[in-house]
Parts: sequence; structure tokens; C-alpha cells
Amino acid sequence: MKRTTLFLLTMALSLPLIAGGKDDPLVYKVMIDQLETRITNGPNPLVLEADAWVGYDLHKFWFKTDVERVDGETEEAEIQLLYSRAIAPFWDFQAGWRHDIKPKPDRDYLALAFKGLAPYLFEVDAALFIGESGRINARLDAEYEYMLTQKWVLAPEFSVNLYSKDDEERGIGSGLSDMSLGLRLRYEIRREFAPYIGLNWSKQFGDTADFTEAEGEDTSDTQVVFGFRAWF
Amino acid sequence: MSENHNFIHNDGGFNLSRRRFVKGLALGGAFTGLGFGGSVFAVTMKQARPQTLRGTKFDLTLAEQAVNFTGVPRVATTVNDSLPAPLLRWRVGDTVTLRVTNLLPQTSSIHWHGIILPSAMDGVPGIADDFQGIRPGETFTYRFPVTQSGTYWYHSHSGFQEQTGLYGPIVIDPRELDPVEYDRDYVVMFSDWTDEDPNDVYRKLKKLSHYYNFNERTHADLMRDIETKGLEATWNDRKMWNQMRMSQRDLSDVTGYTYTFLTNGRTPADGWSGLFRKGEKVRLRFINGSAMTFFDVRIPGLKMTVVAADGQNLEPVTVDEFRLGVAETYDVIVEPMHDMAYTIFAQDIARTGFARGTLTPDLVMTAEIPEMDPVPDLGHNDMGMGMHGMGHVGHDMSKMNHTQDQMPDGQMMSGMDHSQHQMSEGAAMAGMDYSQHQMTMNGGVDRSMLKPNPSDFTAGPVTHAKTEYGPHVDMRADAAQYRLDDPGVGLRNNGRRVLTYADLRNLQVSPDLREPDRDIELHLTGNMGRYMWSIDGIKHADAEPLRWKLGERLRITFVNDTMMNHPMHLHGMWSDLETGDNNFLPRKHTVVVQPGSRISYRVTVDAEGGWAYHCHLLYHMLGMFRTVIVS
Repeated sequence: MKRTTLFLLTMALSLPLIAGGKDDPLVYKVMIDQLETRITNGPNPLVLEADAWVGYDLHKFWFKTDVERVDGETEEAEIQLLYSRAIAPFWDFQAGWRHDIKPKPDRDYLALAFKGLAPYLFEVDAALFIGESGRINARLDAEYEYMLTQKWVLAPEFSVNLYSKDDEERGIGSGLSDMSLGLRLRYEIRREFAPYIGLNWSKQFGDTADFTEAEGEDTSDTQVVFGFRAWF
Repeated sequence: MSENHNFIHNDGGFNLSRRRFVKGLALGGAFTGLGFGGSVFAVTMKQARPQTLRGTKFDLTLAEQAVNFTGVPRVATTVNDSLPAPLLRWRVGDTVTLRVTNLLPQTSSIHWHGIILPSAMDGVPGIADDFQGIRPGETFTYRFPVTQSGTYWYHSHSGFQEQTGLYGPIVIDPRELDPVEYDRDYVVMFSDWTDEDPNDVYRKLKKLSHYYNFNERTHADLMRDIETKGLEATWNDRKMWNQMRMSQRDLSDVTGYTYTFLTNGRTPADGWSGLFRKGEKVRLRFINGSAMTFFDVRIPGLKMTVVAADGQNLEPVTVDEFRLGVAETYDVIVEPMHDMAYTIFAQDIARTGFARGTLTPDLVMTAEIPEMDPVPDLGHNDMGMGMHGMGHVGHDMSKMNHTQDQMPDGQMMSGMDHSQHQMSEGAAMAGMDYSQHQMTMNGGVDRSMLKPNPSDFTAGPVTHAKTEYGPHVDMRADAAQYRLDDPGVGLRNNGRRVLTYADLRNLQVSPDLREPDRDIELHLTGNMGRYMWSIDGIKHADAEPLRWKLGERLRITFVNDTMMNHPMHLHGMWSDLETGDNNFLPRKHTVVVQPGSRISYRVTVDAEGGWAYHCHLLYHMLGMFRTVIVS
């Protein structure tokens, strides 16, 4: 597992040596897709969803992260390091390493993803994560941007996770584990910076829900969120 | 003093009253110079107006220059501290010597756009014979005979220097009497200025290709469509765009969001002014020196008679408006009959801004600036889909009349019907002032003796090369048609008589009447989202040069597999555009290939050496480029 990851990383990093040219300069982009506070009954969590890439037109090196902090404590943290290769006009295939830092214990996965723009302009990230001891996680993220005006954008999004087996230590059950629906209204002050408000609904299912209930927490929640989106 | 003015009068017409007029302009020029681009600009620019340099020996110095077009001081790349660069006025038959000294910190070059000259003088680093660019501190001497008259331009062919100001006009006077009669002429050079570093513009396009597009369809457009067309029709209309993941408003990659559009180096706020006296024939030499911007040009209140395209004389055609692609030039004659001011209005193709000038009998008089037209939507034919059976499909001469239908006032001559011209020229031109030109210009050629030799504009099935399939190409036009008589997106049925390529007919019989020896088809390809551009799916860096044989006559057909206009520029040789009558092919250096369309031209391969062949949109040309080697 680690060796595969290392191989992929080496490949990605060696790209600058084999690619490039005047028409295809090395470009990077850092995207803070969501940095938001979610209003809950208890302490309000701070949630970050961000990614970054560096590379060329058809070959890139990607970094993705999801972090949730509550009360100054990091409750959930996931990072992915991926090599991304364009395979179709609107699609990239990405492969690399996913590391879940929190909650403990750590988990490592081989990450495989198709990321791109589906017909009808849905932004899709469909990923399969293969972990140790046969743990497999399938995840689908989809987002749409509806232009109310040139600057007001309504962005619905959908996310779902499925797991092959229980991971009781981390409160994850097999099968359909969780799903979330979001709706964010942002105002692009400029392309690179947009504050937003929105709603986020999430629900857990099956064993995952049972594990959460056993902890005495809610398995379903609707939250008002506010934050900003920024890139450079 | 008058040398400092972009004010040119025809040879021989210099009388006392004219001289007074010149003096009056000089004072006015000095006056307007004070208000030029804000105080910083007035202080930093050494010339308030472009210089005119005449003769056979020229010293040009490339250097950085402080400018201020937007209220923010910036550094431009200029020639002799002037933006645009000085107007070079040459004469046919002369041999010109141009000593170009590069004081820029980067390697530079000057390319003489549209000028027929030896490859070694063409100024494209790495492609022109033995030319690697002019390194900082070096002087390169260009020397070549001038063989053609007309309006041209010159610009850097290095990096993005064209975006930062390194471009200027060239006017070449004929030895013989000019077939075009005029009392005075002005160069009207449009360009696009950005305060951003062009490298940043390019990177932004790579990160978010619609970064500069603030005319996307929104909720309001959708609601309006549903209201007018109904839900089902709207859904069906949107279907193709949604499935193809394309924007119907993808008209221009870089827009007025960052660009300030300039007329002879002046912002729309300042405006450029040209003086006339009523009743005069004024020749306007329009040049598009932009990096990325197509302009739709009109002068409300004045008809424009187009007399030359890309420097080459045309059979005159009178229009209200024309689209000026990047790097194209058109010469028009206007005859203002009243003592009033007229606005030269050049809106960008995406309707995000405009360049402006004024023709006026008196510098204190200005004219109203029209509203910009609404933002147009690309149609299915712009995708090469041919789904709605546009009138352009199956293009033939009988169908070209449709352009006339757009113009209800019936003022213009039936310029579309070329065969009619051939038969009864005098009658067709009745009411126009050009009958005498016909006499002098035809040079003894009896057109009625030439059999019409029409092109066959029936497009066969489109086949795409294997290299066009992959992540680097997001669209292929499967029903690309000839659309010569299509004025293009945003100009269709706008109530004005708009010039189309079908109107272009060379004044003289084409010098090479041979049928082509061979056909070459090239597809313009790209991926808008990834912002990659190529020809036949292969970018320049990966492409083999095109090898052409000296002496052969080629027929080149472009198929545009993208939804953008691409102005294709062939260096060193003319592009004889097939517009209907192959005996009178207009000769162009830059040919706009409309979205999803095809177009053909002939090339007499008469220039040995290495040549550049590329899309003249600055941020496309890095990939959409071929080296041509003629041997």
C-alpha cells in the first residue's frame, strides 16, 4: 500500500521534468471551497473543505482536505495526495493516498477517483478508497452552480458515503453510512472571493447511525452555515 | 509639429486652405493632448499622438514606458516611447531599412504583419530563417523591398509583448495613382489594454476559463425563455448546451472586465478625434492590433464603403458595419456631408466595452455614443451542428441574398450578386461614385471575357483525425458548413448592412488563376475548459512542420471545431480567400474562421524558408500554431 503510494507520488513530482512548454506553463491553484461555521445547539463546528493543484494541462498533482473542528479540537481530518491525469475532455482520473488523521485511529487508503464535469454541468467527484483489512469506502460528491445573476450563485451539493464493513473504532458502519445535502448562496465580490450563507442537512444510516446514537449524539441535523469561498 | 500628428493627406492636394486646416489641428492636438489619459499619461508619454515616420531608413527602439490608461500606473512595451508604435509610411518600390534596437530586459522581435518579404526579415524567432530574436541591448537590421501598397501593421512576435503595447501601423503608398480616391486618410488602430500581467491573464484562463466572462446566462434569461418559448422548448434549447457542457455566451476569452479598449492609444473616455471638412472623402484605415478582441465597427450616420481588406484593394462595397477580427485591416471611405461630429464606435464581440473615436469638423464637437448591442447567444450552427438548418447551410450564391434581406432600407448596391457585377458592372454600381475607379483600377482587364469560376461551397462530410480525440479536444464540428455570408454571432439580422466575407471581391483579377495542385484540411481544435488550443488536436510544441513545395498552388480548408472565432494568419504568402468568384479572390493575410464553420483559401507557395502559421489570438497562438517550411 505505502509502496504504491510512494510510486504515485514520485511519478507526480517528476512531471515537471517531462512536461511543460510555452503553451503549457506550470500552474497552481489553491481553492478553499468551503470555510464555514455551522450553527448547532452545542458548540459551532468550523468546517474546511479545500483543495490545491499544481501541474500542467493534462497532468497535475492534487491535494484535497476536509477538516472539522469543534471547540478548538480537531474532530475530523482527512487529506488526500493524488496524481491527476486528464482522460477525457471533461474528466480527470486521480489516484493516490488518502490519510484520515482524525478521529483516531489513523486510517490509510489507496484513493481512486474520477473527477470532472458531467453533462448538465454537474461537478462530480466519484471516489473509491481501498483501505487495509478490506475496508472500502465509496464516495460521491456532486455540485451544481446556478447563476442567479453574474455574481449571485446558488450552489446545491450532494454527498454520500458507503462502506464495505464496520469500522467500530471510528464509528462507521457498513453499507450506506451517511449522506448530506447542502445549499449555499454566495456572492462573488470578485471571482476569487465569495462569502456565502446556506443550509446543510446531513443524516447517518445503518450501523453508523447506531454507533452515533450509542454516543448519545444526533444522527440527523440541519444547520445554517455561513462562510466564504476563496481561491488563488 | 504636423509630423507628430496622425494626420495624413493625399499627395498633391496641398493648398492654402488645407494648410490652415493643418495648423488648426495642430493646436487642437496640443489641447487634447493635455487631457490624454489623465495627468500621469500626459507627463510620461513623450508623444501625445502616434508619430509618423516616413522614408526608407528607420530607427526603432523597443523599450519600457510608463503609461496610465486606467488611473493605475503601469509599464508598457513600446516602440520609440509611443503606444501604438509610430506609423511607418513606406512607398512601393522602395527598399526599407529598419534598425530595431532592443532596450527591453527580454528578447524581442518585430514582425511586419502582412508584408511579403524574405523569411529572414519576417521576425519570428526560431522560425524565420536565421532569426533568434533581438536580445536585450542588441540591434537587428531589417532590410527588404516593399512590393505592395495598403494598410498593414507591425508587432512583436515574442512572449506577450503584443499585449503590453508593442504594435503599430504601417501604410504603404502606391507608386502609381491610388485606385482609391480620398481627400485625407487616418489610421484607426484598435487595441486592448490590460493592467494585468499577460502571464497572469493566461494563468487565470487556465485556472478558470470563464474568469473574464460576466455575461453568462442567468436565472433571468431562463425565466424569459420559459415565458416566451414555454418550458419544453426552453428545455430542448438548453439540452444541447448542457449536454455538451458549453456556454452559449462564450464569445470572447478576455473581456472588458480587464481590458480598456483603445483607439490609436486612447481610452474611450478620452477618445481619438480625426478632423474632416464636409464633402471630403475620408479614408479610414482600420487596424485591429488587439491581443484577443474582435470589434464590430460602425459610424452611426455614415455609410462606409469598404475599399480594401488586409491592405489589398477590393471592389468597393458599402456597408453600415463590419466585424474586424484580430489582426485584420479594412480600409473604408466615408463622405460626411454635414458639419457635424460622428462617433466611430467599435464594440467588442462580447459586448463588454468599446473603443471609440470621433470624426468631426471641429474638435469641440463630439457625437453621441450609441448603446452597446445586447449580448448575443451562440447558435447551434456556431457549434457546427447545423441543427436548425440555417440559411447558410449548403451555401451557394443564390442564397447569399439573405444578407440583403437584413437591410430593409435597400440603400446598398446588390453587392452579393457577383455574377451580376460581372455582366453589367456599370449598372450594378449605379449611384456609386466608383464608376471612375472601375475604369482606372481594372487596368484594361475586360471582366466580361473571364468566365465565372465559382467555388463549390458544398461541404462534404467532416472527418476528424485520430489526434482530435482525447482530453485536449472538447468539441468537433460534424456538420461544419461554409458560412461566408454569415456576418457572425451578434451581427445577424441586426437591421444594419453588415459586411461579410461573401462581399469581398478583389479589385484586380487574381494574379494566380491556377487551380490548386493539392488540398490541405486543417482543423482548429481546443478544450475551452482546460484552455488548450491546437490544430488537428496537436499543439505546436508536438507538431511536425507543414512542408510545402515552392511553386505549388494549395487549397487550404479550415474546419473550426471550437465555438470561438479564430483569426488564422499565414506569414509570407497571401491567403486568396474563396468568396465566390475564383477569378477575383480577395487576398488576405488573416482569415477569420467562424465557430463551427469551414472556410477555404488558396495559397501560391512562392516564398522559400520558414514561416509561422497561427491563430492570432495571443493566448491561443502558443498551441494553435504551425511552422511552415517552404522548399
